[in-house]
Amino acid sequence: MTARLAAPRVDRRDFLKATAVAAGVATLGRAGEGAAAAATVGSSELVDTNVYLSRWPLSRLPHDDTAALAAKLRSAGVTQAWAGSFDGLLHRDLASVNARLAEECRRHGAGLLVPFGSINPQLPDWEEDLRRCAEGERMPGIRLHPNYHGYTLDHPAVARLLRLAAERGLLVQLVLVMEDERMMHPMLRAAPTDPKPLAGLVRQTPGLRLMLLNAQRTLRGPALTSILGAGEVGVDLAMLEGVGGVAALLAGGVPLERVLFGSFAPMFYFESAVLKLQESVLSEPQLAAIRGRNARRLLAAGR
Amino acid sequence: MNFEIWDAHTHLSGVPGATPEARMAALLAAADRLGISRLCVFMGMTWHYDPTPELLRQANDEVLRAVRAFPDRVFGFVYLNPKHPQASLDELNRCVRDGPMVGVKLWVALRCDDARLDPLVARATELQAPILQHCWLKITGNLPGESTPMDLAALAKRHPRASFICSHTGGEWARGIRAIRPHPHILAEICGGDPTAGITEMAVRELGAERVLFGSDAGGRSFASQLAKVLGAEIPAAARQLILAGNLQRLLRPFLQARGVRP
Repeated sequence: MTARLAAPRVDRRDFLKATAVAAGVATLGRAGEGAAAAATVGSSELVDTNVYLSRWPLSRLPHDDTAALAAKLRSAGVTQAWAGSFDGLLHRDLASVNARLAEECRRHGAGLLVPFGSINPQLPDWEEDLRRCAEGERMPGIRLHPNYHGYTLDHPAVARLLRLAAERGLLVQLVLVMEDERMMHPMLRAAPTDPKPLAGLVRQTPGLRLMLLNAQRTLRGPALTSILGAGEVGVDLAMLEGVGGVAALLAGGVPLERVLFGSFAPMFYFESAVLKLQESVLSEPQLAAIRGRNARRLLAAGR
Repeated sequence: MNFEIWDAHTHLSGVPGATPEARMAALLAAADRLGISRLCVFMGMTWHYDPTPELLRQANDEVLRAVRAFPDRVFGFVYLNPKHPQASLDELNRCVRDGPMVGVKLWVALRCDDARLDPLVARATELQAPILQHCWLKITGNLPGESTPMDLAALAKRHPRASFICSHTGGEWARGIRAIRPHPHILAEICGGDPTAGITEMAVRELGAERVLFGSDAGGRSFASQLAKVLGAEIPAAARQLILAGNLQRLLRPFLQARGVRP
C-alpha cells in the first residue's frame, strides 16, 4: 500500500474509435503500460441484432428517436442493426406499429436499420400481420414478446406461428425479458418468458430459424445449450454477465456460430455489448463471427 | 481526455480460481483489458447473508490475502455484521485500524436504519473509513435484512460526519437517487444493475457528478456492462473522470493520507 500506481488510462474518443472501426478486441491499457493501445482486427463488420425504435413505455431514454439512434449506431461502427419497436409491446394495432417501424427504418436507416415486425398470436387475424411483414414490408424477420402479450410458449398458436414464419422464410426473434423483474414498474410487471417448451418447438418446426434476445439473464448452461442444439438457433449478448462472459460462454459449450452481437440499445448503453467483446480474450476469427458473420449467415439462410 | 478508472465494488465470488490470490488475479486480468487500474474488494469467496463472527473473520481473511497479493492494485473493505456488534468492532479494528483495509462493507444481515449500526458507523468515522451499504428496492420483495436507500438516508441523518456509499443506487435507481438526494454525505454507486441507459445522466443531474461512483460488482456482473454506464453516458468529460476515479480517490484520501499512502 505504499507504491503509487502507474495507472492505465483510457481515452474515450480513442476507445470509441477503436471499438467502432476496429474490433472490440482492443486492449485499452494494461497496468504498467500507461496508455491506451488499440489493436485492430481485419473485420470492420458489426451487426447489432437487438435494437428498438420508438419509446420505451415507462421512461425516456437517450437516443430514443430514430435519427439519434441511427447516428449513435453509425458513430459506433454498426453496419447493420435489426430493429424492433417498443410500440410492439403494448399497442394493439400492430399493423400500424409495423408499418411505422418499416417507414422509420427506410427514412433514417439508409441500409443501416432492418425492421423486425411485432406479431402477437393472441390477436384476432394475426396471420394477416405476419403476411404484411413478409409480403408488404418485405421484412426478413419478426420479433415476439410473449411476456408482454400474455401467452406462454406451450400455447398452440405459438407452434403455428413458428411454422408459418418458417414457411415464409422469416427469422424469428424471441425476447425472453425486457427488464430486470426485480425493478419493474408495479403496474407493469411481466415475468420472464419460460423457455422450456422451446427445444421441442424447434425440433418440430422444419426450417425454423430462431434467435433468443435478452435470454441470458434467465437461460444459461445446459438449458441454453439444449435449445441452441435443437436446430438453427442463435443467442445475443445483451444480457450476458460475468467476468470475461463471452469467453466463458464459449468455454461452457455454446457453439461460436450461435453467438451474435446484440446491444439492446437504446434501452441499454450500446457500449455494454462492445465492451463485453473487449473484456473477454477472443481470437480474431471468434470476433469476426460474433460481430457479423453469424448474423449474416442466419439472415441469408432465409433468402 | 484520458481517464483513470478505479472500481469501487468487486468480489471474490463468481470468479474462477481456488484461492483468494488466484481469483484476484483473474479479476485483475479482466480489469486490465478495460483499463481499470484499482479494485475495491470485499466479502470473501463464499457469501453469507447473516455471518457468524467466525465467518466474518474468514471472509475478511480471504480479502486480506487478496489485498496483500496485489497491494498496488487492490483495496479491501472489511465485511461486518451489525447483529454482532463487538465482533464487528473487533474486525473493524483488526482489518482497518491495524490492517490494510480502507472501508466498511455492510450487506443484508440487518436493515441499516437499525440502531445497532450506530457504534460501527461511529468507529468507522473515527477511522475515516467510508461505509458502503448494499441497498435495493425490489418489487419482488427485499430480504428481511436488506436495506433500502430510504434506510440509508435515515442512518446518514444520524451520522452527518460519516461517509456513506449507497451501493447499486438502490437497484431501482430512479427512486434511489431521490431518496439519497437530500444527504450530501451519501454517494451513489451505480453498479450491480442492468446497464439501463439514463442512470448515470439522472445521477449526475440530481446529485452532481461529485456524488456518483463507478463500481462493477464483478464477478457477479461484468466489468463491461457497468463501465458502459459511464463511458456511454451523455455527460461532460470532467464528470466522467470524477465518476470513474476522482470521487473514490477523494473519498479515500483522508484515510490514505493518515497512513502516509499516496493514492
